Amino acid sequence: MSITATLGARTVAKLMIGTIAGLVMCHQPARAAELAAQDIALLDRLTWGVSASSAAHLQEIGTERWLQEQLHPANAALPAAVQKQIEAMPDAHRFPFDIAASFDQQGKSANQVADPEQRKAAQQVYQQAMNDRARQAAARTILRALYAPDQLRERLTWFWFNHFNVHQYKANVRVLVGDYEDRAIRANALGKFRNLLSATLHHPVMLRYLDNADNAAGHLNENYAREIMELHTMGVGSGYTQADVEALARILTGVGIDFKSEDPKLKPELQSQLVREGAFEFNPARHDFGDKTFLGHQIKGRGLAEVDEALDILCRHPATATHIAKQLATYFVSDNPAPALVQQMAQTFQKTDGDIAAVMSTLVHTPEFAASLKGGAKFKDPMLYVMSSVRLAYDTKVVLNTLPIQGWLNRLSEGLFNHETPDGYSMLSAAWNGPGQMMLRFEIARAIGSGSAGLFKPNEPNAVDQPAFPLVMNGLYFSNIKQTLSPTTLAALDQAVSPQDWNTLFLSSPEFMH
Amino acid sequence: MNRRELIKAFAASASLTLAGRVWAAPATDARLLVVFLRGAYDAANVVVPVGSEFYYASRPTLAVARPDAGNPNAALALDAGWGLHPSLRDSIYPLWAKREIAFVPFAGTSDDLSRSHFETQDTIELGQAVGGSRDYRSGFMSRLASELTRVKPISFTDQLPLIFRGQNQIPNIGIASVSKPGVDDRQARLIREMYAKGDLANSVSEGFRVRDDVYKSVSEEMMAANRGAVSPRGFELSARRIGRLMREQFNLGFVDVGGWDTHVNQGAATGYLADRLGELGRGLAGFSEEIGPAMWRDTVVVVISEFGRTFRENGDRGTDHGHGSVYWVMGGGINGGRMAGEQVQVAQATLFQNRDYPVLTDYKAFFAGLIQHVYGLQQASLERIFTGIKPKDLNLV
Repeated sequence: MSITATLGARTVAKLMIGTIAGLVMCHQPARAAELAAQDIALLDRLTWGVSASSAAHLQEIGTERWLQEQLHPANAALPAAVQKQIEAMPDAHRFPFDIAASFDQQGKSANQVADPEQRKAAQQVYQQAMNDRARQAAARTILRALYAPDQLRERLTWFWFNHFNVHQYKANVRVLVGDYEDRAIRANALGKFRNLLSATLHHPVMLRYLDNADNAAGHLNENYAREIMELHTMGVGSGYTQADVEALARILTGVGIDFKSEDPKLKPELQSQLVREGAFEFNPARHDFGDKTFLGHQIKGRGLAEVDEALDILCRHPATATHIAKQLATYFVSDNPAPALVQQMAQTFQKTDGDIAAVMSTLVHTPEFAASLKGGAKFKDPMLYVMSSVRLAYDTKVVLNTLPIQGWLNRLSEGLFNHETPDGYSMLSAAWNGPGQMMLRFEIARAIGSGSAGLFKPNEPNAVDQPAFPLVMNGLYFSNIKQTLSPTTLAALDQAVSPQDWNTLFLSSPEFMH
Repeated sequence: MNRRELIKAFAASASLTLAGRVWAAPATDARLLVVFLRGAYDAANVVVPVGSEFYYASRPTLAVARPDAGNPNAALALDAGWGLHPSLRDSIYPLWAKREIAFVPFAGTSDDLSRSHFETQDTIELGQAVGGSRDYRSGFMSRLASELTRVKPISFTDQLPLIFRGQNQIPNIGIASVSKPGVDDRQARLIREMYAKGDLANSVSEGFRVRDDVYKSVSEEMMAANRGAVSPRGFELSARRIGRLMREQFNLGFVDVGGWDTHVNQGAATGYLADRLGELGRGLAGFSEEIGPAMWRDTVVVVISEFGRTFRENGDRGTDHGHGSVYWVMGGGINGGRMAGEQVQVAQATLFQNRDYPVLTDYKAFFAGLIQHVYGLQQASLERIFTGIKPKDLNLV
């Protein structure tokens, strides 16, 4: 008679869980045990989720030095195995303009195929190629979120992308959405807000998404102008009028995109006004050179310099400081951030001319932030939920395929580059804790907890699934996390019949959702 | 949980819903579905003011031609002044002939002029006074549900929308992608236990209950599909599922459809907007088919959007954010086949801010008047749903 038959399958499973736990405990450095619960909460709040190695690092250098390291990251090199995956992606070493121009050409050629059947096939190839680029961009985002040492910058990159949201399925946005994230957003995520706003305005992806590429003198399109004020800077209800929207739209006429190598034909007197930087183009022939009144300022009609003047006005407007401060506080502190906290952050914003790192430094050093780490922490949005699950379960073991993660995010309605409207995903708990959402979370918890879930099978023909198992019950769990669980949760976990089942239940627990 | 507790929990989940009310859903119960077109659909190109010279002058590339039996791209005649977009010929136009649909032109938010999608969607979903501080935990359909007995509300959306947020946990489910649950009954029980004492307890228990109900209903449809039936896609698939679920168990529903923000290349009789409209029309017709003729008589479907678009087309063959819109009210018992509510001639002089349709029927008064008749609600109930609003009777039900 075998042991299994004697003890019953459930008891064996429990023994196995115990054995795994024992093995893990032997290998963990003792110091992880000394971290305060607040430090674990801090890591969950400012990174893509606590892991054994990130906890050990914080323990090693102390909270304040860790914060400085995150606010002013010096060494942000990705682990070699991650860098290798990114380098292997097609087009990793081509200029974004060249890539976009060749896609533009491919799209045009596909449309010109005479035979309807062949045209359809060519268009399909073109669409597939664009989808591939968006998937590669999403893969880079996920790899950085999971493994980049400058975690706060990665959280802010997601935040700012969402703030300056674009949707991948509008026109050919997919081709350059990764470049938009890298060059316009990530590069400025901890810098000056004015630079961030300007970088998004100069990026072809934004100009296409909000239709400013079509905005010209006599053919006004006010879509982008409105969203700049409503979403990107001052915020709705802050005092601007329909006339201000129209004035900004006029200021923005001629700001567009050009993938052609030769310059547009212009009258001689306009030629000096032409500006081209990659695919960005200011075409003076499409600009409204009349004078404008914008937010009470008289703006002399003179070309692209008007845009800079308007951005200065917007960035220095007190409503912008308050709006941005409130958005950051909502994302990092609470659904309803205290007015005092927002005001303090807005003051820093104004004092430092919109220095994002300084505003974040103010945020993390307020008593409101410290208090929020103690009790009633924020409910995780799907992106944080999924990333924190994978980080906890696999820590530094690098996933070889991010497609399952992309799929989970899409199922949870927070897919990367996948929000259709310019307002971005909601940052409020109520958007993510409804009954349907909770059911999906438990399904994802099961997918992540039950095995390698395809994360270690490279996305290439004949690839072999590498051995891997999610280790949620690890040293960090025993030294820190277990003590934060309620008796109800511990009682449920105690009824797990296998390590897979235990993982599923833990990742489904109320504590892990927050 | 011991056996006795388990039995108690089952008994509780089977017989109780909102605020502890006992429900049973008799076959004759009224059903209401609100369809929100997010993105501000261009109402003027759907219910077309074909009697207006100014419309044709304002839309050189976007206008839909006047009714003409010989032209498949022409508007379908509604009455002397109005026509319907031709992409709705086989789905919605027959309902007009049967007097089962009414259109309410010049409808919208009279108190919200922001022309912001997100601000105005919130305004409508909350149904509160504009200008004061907003209570984001109280949507108007949630307040309506609180006033009703025997109500089984549900949101057919991936996330719980503002309109259904409130003191009672209303279930939501993304209806387009229902799949077999992987979390089994034992895990579901353990998970419910973990949440039993916290603030997400209702969300989790409602979630499991609805998950199983919906999966059961959808799996029957999947079996039919496996036997070779052609299964619809997109909104039509969702709308047909909604029809089945509202026939069988839910009686107060909400669904939203995006993609109406047409700043460029909107198209006219054909093109982008026409494609979206065609899909919407097929979905709504599919819904009425699935809910069945008996239930359709007691069903009201309301189609709304946050605002309309600029009356004149812009430089990119599209339209920008406007103000007044056109609401649709459909159902087997609707006093339809007519344009309802206050109207003005469509001309430059009657435009709001020389730009948009004016709002003559405010959404709150409209909804208050409608639900008063559908449910026979007392004034005190209406007052709790839309504070300080006088219901407008458009004689729709």
